[in-house]
Amino acid sequence: MNGAKTVGTPVEILELGDKDLVRLSQDHLWALSRDEMIAVQEYFRTEGRPPSRLEMEVIAQTWSEHCKHKVFSSMIEYQEQGKDSELIDGIFHQYIAQATRTVRQAKGSDDYCVSVFLDNAGVISYDKDCCVAFKVETHNHPSALEPYGGAGTGIGGVIRDVLGTGLGARPCFNTDIFCFAPPDWPYDKLPEGVLHPRRILRGVVSGVRDYGNRMGIPTVSGGIQFDEKFLGNPLVYCGTAGVIPTKRMKKGCRAGDMLVAIGGRTGRDGLHGATFSSLDLHKDTPTSTVQIGNPIVEKKVTEALVRARDEGLLRDVTDCGAGGFSSAIGEMAKEHGAVVFLEKAPLKYSPLEDWEIFLSESQERMVAAIAPEHFNQLKKICQIEEVEVVSLGQVTNSHRLVVWHDGQVVGDLAMSFLHKGVPRQKRKAIWQPKQLPQCEVVSEGNVTSVLLQALHSWNVCSRETIIRQYDHEVRGGAVLKPLVGTCADGPGDASVVKAVLDKPGAIAIAHGINVRYGQIDPYWMAGSVIEEAIRGLVSVGGNPDRVAILDNFCWGNPDRPELLGDLVRAAKACHDFAVAFGAPFISGKDSFYNQYQTDSGPISIPPTLLISAMTVLPSEECVVSMDIKGTKNHIYLLGNTRVELGGSIYAEIQGRLGCDVPKVLPEESLPLMRVLHRAIEQNLVRSCHDLSEGGLAVAAAEMALAGRIGMSLDLRSMPEHSSIEQDAALLFSESNGRFLVEVSHSQQQKFERLMSGLPCALLGETVEDASLKVVGRTGEVAIEVALDDIERSWKRSLWTS
Amino acid sequence: MARVRQKKEIRAAVLRAAGTNCDYETGYALTLAGARPVLVHVRELLDGIKKLNDYHLLIIPGGFSYGDDLGAGKLLANEVRYLLGEEMTRFVKAGKPVLGICNGFQVLVKAGFLPEFQPGEWSQEMSLVANDSARFECRWTFLKPNPKSPCVFTQGITEPIPVPIAHGEGKVVFRDALIQEQVVNNNLVAFQYVDSEGNAGPYPVNPNGSAWDIAGICDPTGRILGMMPHPERHVHQWQHPWWTRRRHNEARGAGLRIFENAVQLCKDSL
Repeated sequence: MNGAKTVGTPVEILELGDKDLVRLSQDHLWALSRDEMIAVQEYFRTEGRPPSRLEMEVIAQTWSEHCKHKVFSSMIEYQEQGKDSELIDGIFHQYIAQATRTVRQAKGSDDYCVSVFLDNAGVISYDKDCCVAFKVETHNHPSALEPYGGAGTGIGGVIRDVLGTGLGARPCFNTDIFCFAPPDWPYDKLPEGVLHPRRILRGVVSGVRDYGNRMGIPTVSGGIQFDEKFLGNPLVYCGTAGVIPTKRMKKGCRAGDMLVAIGGRTGRDGLHGATFSSLDLHKDTPTSTVQIGNPIVEKKVTEALVRARDEGLLRDVTDCGAGGFSSAIGEMAKEHGAVVFLEKAPLKYSPLEDWEIFLSESQERMVAAIAPEHFNQLKKICQIEEVEVVSLGQVTNSHRLVVWHDGQVVGDLAMSFLHKGVPRQKRKAIWQPKQLPQCEVVSEGNVTSVLLQALHSWNVCSRETIIRQYDHEVRGGAVLKPLVGTCADGPGDASVVKAVLDKPGAIAIAHGINVRYGQIDPYWMAGSVIEEAIRGLVSVGGNPDRVAILDNFCWGNPDRPELLGDLVRAAKACHDFAVAFGAPFISGKDSFYNQYQTDSGPISIPPTLLISAMTVLPSEECVVSMDIKGTKNHIYLLGNTRVELGGSIYAEIQGRLGCDVPKVLPEESLPLMRVLHRAIEQNLVRSCHDLSEGGLAVAAAEMALAGRIGMSLDLRSMPEHSSIEQDAALLFSESNGRFLVEVSHSQQQKFERLMSGLPCALLGETVEDASLKVVGRTGEVAIEVALDDIERSWKRSLWTS
Repeated sequence: MARVRQKKEIRAAVLRAAGTNCDYETGYALTLAGARPVLVHVRELLDGIKKLNDYHLLIIPGGFSYGDDLGAGKLLANEVRYLLGEEMTRFVKAGKPVLGICNGFQVLVKAGFLPEFQPGEWSQEMSLVANDSARFECRWTFLKPNPKSPCVFTQGITEPIPVPIAHGEGKVVFRDALIQEQVVNNNLVAFQYVDSEGNAGPYPVNPNGSAWDIAGICDPTGRILGMMPHPERHVHQWQHPWWTRRRHNEARGAGLRIFENAVQLCKDSL
């Protein structure tokens, strides 16, 4: 095609100046910067012709922040207050991927990673012939505009990521984590064009529920964070894990392979989804960028693909996510080249323009590469599953992406330019410690009312009304369900799922997220959420040395150096603590521009990092739940308590943020977790709960309530070195590295022997009386409350609120 | 010898359609119960690729067949009734057991196969409608068996058994009081929702507001059973929500007996 004067409908850019190039990009929602538009212009000058509309759309999509992660690969000049400025050679490369390389090297022959960062999901080994793939995505902007559809297609998209991993992993559980503004936000304080947080919550939960339940994938783990900064821009994280035979992990198309599309038809929905995620939300953002989901079609695609995989028909497979066919085919064939015939794509309606067909983000579509002789067999499978499959084109060895429509070439791009031509961004980041007032301990004497307030707060209260709407039992593998205890209402630290029923072993899943710590210092926020996720796994019996983690950054505008500085701080912590805990990142995702434009300026979300963690348990036999199991058992507090109330629930209920954010001390907490894991393996632990939001007081209340068994604790038994005198500080501090553990009388000696030399205090025991009683440092009662009252405060409906 | 054993193999058809999603664990439960499960897509029956007659036992598992468009189970019910009616009739008349779980129960009811299998008429006498809570709920319930019921699946179950539900439309309603009276008087109620002590109670003991706390219904022969709860999700002890509290020696789950009874019946009639 080189030398041809025009291709498709030309877009005249060859003669435009900088300003006109930028305007052209804005007018078309391409989200391409000045430098990027100039690079495009230069490329087409060498091609000797103007680009076609389709080519511009393909470039905009491929180079979008969503697909290319330009911020994470940009060169950053970082200046931290009081330090020399440093040059960061890409956050992803220098921190995230580097941490994984270091950890894997240290693990040597014990390395359980199978595929990291390369495929559509991260993959670790399950047993000798089976692997687990795990991916977490965000779908924030669509969920802000259309909560039900946005959240549903969020989960639909991440399911396809797992289906598109290796030659197709069978989805086995979902996770979901949301960040909203408080549900009781006053209506008259809503910015224009913003949906009320309660409406967003109900829409998002319904969307996740209807998609996940219909797909028959259990939603086993989740969480919600509330903060008013999410008013205009809620966050919706959706995760999916799948299992895949190890022998089906290897993928790769070759020249001559047939490119097939499997699944739903192509329409105009979700155009510009990839590029729109890099633009600010405002009151006139078009809702046509949101896709429309149909879980039953995706279910049919899943069944057809897994069968095709098992019959050995697939050479390569990937999902149609952001950017549709353009992204899927452009990625799959980038080392080879491809030719595509758009008229072969089944359409929902016609006419559609060529670029609309190629870029559409219509849901439930997968692209696979197969040997042409396998097409008939694939077609037969698809006929039984009642799903459409068509041949779209071919893998070539031209190293170009050539697109035809009705006998005309409408696009002809060099793969090298498409994938490597984007100019690397140079950015500036600054970070300085925030000067925030300390959170004083104001509560004295009896702090029962503070505990009840904490339990009733949006960030702590029961999530049962939401969890029950998700089918968390389907596939029959729920070993530890999200709600545990005698009345199945206690909040478990991690869920445990047997992904394959006829194999030994199970997968534990937990996560860490905190939207308040990051407003003080993103470094300790990131460290804390990494540790929280690992602690969750250890609480249920997971081995702290067998953990794999996923990072999902949601940030505001990275063009603002102070927000990018926050990101650098968080990424540094990700590196430091992943290495310190020996927990490799296997997959991750980032979402920027999470801000909402109002007349009085942008509302930006707080720096938010979700860490999802999983580990493979060798057997389901030795899992432990957090509900108290019996009376007259000992209660131990493991770990050291410091006065760390910054970003705590205690600070929040006083309307403050505070400054003493919890630190992370792996040198203390990792040895403790290792020994705790041994104690659980030896069946010495009856129940175990990790201390996180709300600290010791909330953890004790939750354990007692979940078991419907009372507890009597004495703070005078806190470890010797603790010089904290204020009961409230001991009870509500959110120091990391702590667990509350129930041990039966008969195991006391064994347990204490195992724990010798580690911070472990016998704090009290479980009692007949259905109440929680805590004696303070002075010997006075600090907390005394009936379990019924705990239940009343804690059980607050998020659904009908 | 090998041939004899092969002959004794119980083949259980697990019927699939677009949106069926409990086929995996249902097949697993059948395997534990001693049968060989075969996933049979309704399309394979319609196209004659597989024949219902080749199986000893039919299970219509849970899910959202065809997305529950037009009502839960309605579209698959119409296919089973109008397109597969003859095959179904032959299967049932041969005395082979049929179990519908959750969406499968909705299919059996909406096809008019329950509370009585009357070929030709297929009139729908009852329905499963939206839960009183007006939302999908996943929770564990206790099911009290009816000792007087002719149901072959519940034989030997004497105490309330814990089994989870997961549905949005599981409330049993009857066409009129007379039908309900007949169902109750003829002991077609196979399971009722109760508390752990075996007593009836309001929500959440009865999780959906079902008439007469009905969780499952059989036909007068006892060989067709439909139930909203999922016995296939309680075939191991570790599936029970309290299992970490008890750690008793019983490794099996209470739902397994239902599948074993069905397989035993098939073996007896071989």
